[in-house]
Amino acid sequence: MPETFVLIPGRTSRQGTSLNEGKYSAEYQEEINTVLACPADMARLGLKDGDRVRMWNELGDVVLPCKAARGDEIPPGLLFIAYGDKSCQFMGADTHCSGMPDSKGMDVYLEKVSQ
Amino acid sequence: MSTATASAEKTELKVVSDATCTFCGCVCDDMELTVENNQITKAKNACVLGKAWFLNHNIEDRPMATIEGRPVSLDEAVERAARILTESTFPILYGLSDTPCEAQRVAVAIMDWIGGNVDTTTSVCHGPSGMAFQGVGEVTCSLGEVRNRADFVMYWGGNPAESHPRHFTKYSLMPKGQFVPNGRKDRTAVLVDVRKTKSAKAMDIFLQVKPRADFELAWALRALVSGVEIDASIEQVTGISLEMLKDVAARMKAAKFGVIFFGMGLTMTRGKHLNSEAILALARDLNKFTRFTAKPARGHGNVTGADNVVSWQTGFPFGVNLNRGYPRFNPGEFTTTDVLTRGEADAAMIVASDPMSNFSQPAREHLAKIPSIVLDPKLSDTAKIATVAFTTAVYGINTGGTVYRMDDIPIPLRPAFESPFPSDLEVLQKIEKRVKEIILERRTKS
Repeated sequence: MPETFVLIPGRTSRQGTSLNEGKYSAEYQEEINTVLACPADMARLGLKDGDRVRMWNELGDVVLPCKAARGDEIPPGLLFIAYGDKSCQFMGADTHCSGMPDSKGMDVYLEKVSQ
Repeated sequence: MSTATASAEKTELKVVSDATCTFCGCVCDDMELTVENNQITKAKNACVLGKAWFLNHNIEDRPMATIEGRPVSLDEAVERAARILTESTFPILYGLSDTPCEAQRVAVAIMDWIGGNVDTTTSVCHGPSGMAFQGVGEVTCSLGEVRNRADFVMYWGGNPAESHPRHFTKYSLMPKGQFVPNGRKDRTAVLVDVRKTKSAKAMDIFLQVKPRADFELAWALRALVSGVEIDASIEQVTGISLEMLKDVAARMKAAKFGVIFFGMGLTMTRGKHLNSEAILALARDLNKFTRFTAKPARGHGNVTGADNVVSWQTGFPFGVNLNRGYPRFNPGEFTTTDVLTRGEADAAMIVASDPMSNFSQPAREHLAKIPSIVLDPKLSDTAKIATVAFTTAVYGINTGGTVYRMDDIPIPLRPAFESPFPSDLEVLQKIEKRVKEIILERRTKS
């Protein structure tokens, strides 16, 4: 049964360092293609690090690995992903007369993908 | 600047002092770079991001220019680029945040010649803050003032520990300044964010705001600062108790010099420019009681320079259209995401940016359909779809010029070694020259 979450894309230090090795480096690609959740949400959904999840809303639909965030960095109900191709698929084209699409705080569904 | 060169057999060793790191908006200008055979081997004073920036820089084995993926001469690529630009009816310019002001100036001039649309990465960064500045104004200061005076430092919607690693140590929290002689002990540090990021560890107070409740939180603080009573139910809205908010508001009013650095947690979230307006208004309100400022924490090395250059050339910082022969500013209409999504742009020149990897899907789809000219030191998704792609030298490492720090302070670049690739400035100057010639030829014929 999918659950609703709020997705927060953002920059990470690892993304910044691996960017300099190239956007096609394995480390950069791993960073922008992994979604982080709080350990409690992971446990409730029966997820462990590396499990694949489906994340979608009315704009985007992706399957990617998940990982537990460190300690209490992410509160329950929130997901984090480093900016990149995956996060952009959830951005709307409407900028509400600002030039800026909704790029943080998007509502998404998440469910575990059967192995 | 001092440069020492020594030769030991085949190894050429050079030390470049006071070099500038252009990886982030801090543009720290106290780098000491050791260069051996066109490779930076040490980057003293650099943070983790700066070290990755300098030490991973190699001269790549790539063609100087390509047309539809085929290697061509520089002149051939310039000719095709000039033709694309002069034959289009709605050409757009985008990017500019990772290139020096000198190159930005020429890029805007090209758009002026052809009546194009000028926009920068600011529109998907602090563009909403640019709109807010026009609505509220900006109580501002330099990072030097923060270093020497600030006894209350708030970060809102940003994670400097990961995005600007030296911000704490060089400017805001740790330095012992003229009016804060005990450094960190003399300052109160507050973080407002939806995530308890690594930055939280460096703070005295962490306010974990609920997602999409920044606007309400900022207005609650505005009310408390102004002596307006608010209901305890504010905790259900924002996630922060009224008691805590009252404490923070009192500390802000009691500060001798306060500053709020705000990030894209505000500008990219629902509310956007209204969130930035709320922060700027809060800082303005606090000046009834003390000295208080608010500064956007800028990301790319010269995105602040892009705002400055586009402003002094067109009168507006981003989202400017020159098609009628005079500048028109209208975010939502002339910002790049919008002109691409609506399918209006029929040619694009992208300088030092990668919209194909960070724009919305409809915008990316249209960009891939139209002829494009891309200047970038590295291969990117945008360079891959370019009609004409130029491989250019890296600013700050291979080329000089001027960049603006996030507090609008211009900083000179001191390159470490030469690149076989041309600079953005050189390529853009060649394109501008050819564009002018084509326009003149047309006018002469008609």
